[in-house]
Amino acid sequence: MIAQLLFLYFSAVILGSALLAISLRNMIYSALSLLVTLIHVAGIYVLLNAEFVAAVQIIVYAGAILVLYLFVLMIFNVKLDERVLHLHYPLGIFLGLVVLAEMVIVYWGSGAASVERVVGPAAWNGVGNTQALGTALYTRYLFPFELASVILLVAMVGAVALGKRINKPASLKTSESANGKKTLSGTPVDSRVESRQ
Amino acid sequence: MIPLSYFVTLSFLLFTIGVIGVLIRRNILMILMAIELILNAVNINFVAFSRFSQSIDGQVFVFFVMTIAAAEVVVGLAIVIVAFRRRATVNVDEFNLMKW
Repeated sequence: MIAQLLFLYFSAVILGSALLAISLRNMIYSALSLLVTLIHVAGIYVLLNAEFVAAVQIIVYAGAILVLYLFVLMIFNVKLDERVLHLHYPLGIFLGLVVLAEMVIVYWGSGAASVERVVGPAAWNGVGNTQALGTALYTRYLFPFELASVILLVAMVGAVALGKRINKPASLKTSESANGKKTLSGTPVDSRVESRQ
Repeated sequence: MIPLSYFVTLSFLLFTIGVIGVLIRRNILMILMAIELILNAVNINFVAFSRFSQSIDGQVFVFFVMTIAAAEVVVGLAIVIVAFRRRATVNVDEFNLMKW
């Protein structure tokens, strides 16, 4: 009974704040309601006896990914333009509902929903969720685990390489500054732009 | 105990909200956030089926999905920053250089 009430609370907050996240005009507010969604998804994981995944959800999603989003949103300082949705947004909503209808038809139409599941204790009962997950991760899934670390390394190197300002060669820079002086006659604004580059 | 179909329904609805968010927003940062919603819907499904099939493998996959999500966000935001530096906009309609 308590579990069902908790499930209702978590799912209502997840769906409501996800709707807010995709519909709010201010992107900071969207990011914060996405944060509420992610924290409540962690609650759903706890209801499913997956405590370690819930902790990782809060640490990685709420702690790292959302902070990255907020950081980028704040350095952009994007002005809110008058139109946040596409002109054809009814078509987008229709296509989303088509996807939903397809999933519902496949799940309830194929009889997969009516298969009786054994709801006994969790398989990792007795050893703890974290220990069971660690055992699976370091024995059967050792190679994918190592590959995941390589992917993280590649992403890190790629982000640094993309985000770095490219230094122009010295000859190109001098010719450009000479050009700028000729056309703009060395105004203070011009020199500031030069020093930023 | 909550039936499996409740979790699957929640996952379907969250996935749909994410797909609609990808399709209707004009801002590329909001599109990346909607992709996060989609990945979370998939994760809920993985954990629910892992619990109801008495097997830990689904949670291992959630772990990998989170890894890929982190890598995707980092590279995606770096690309967005580079695009913003060049075009001074985050509106996807403006990124039409390859349109014929």
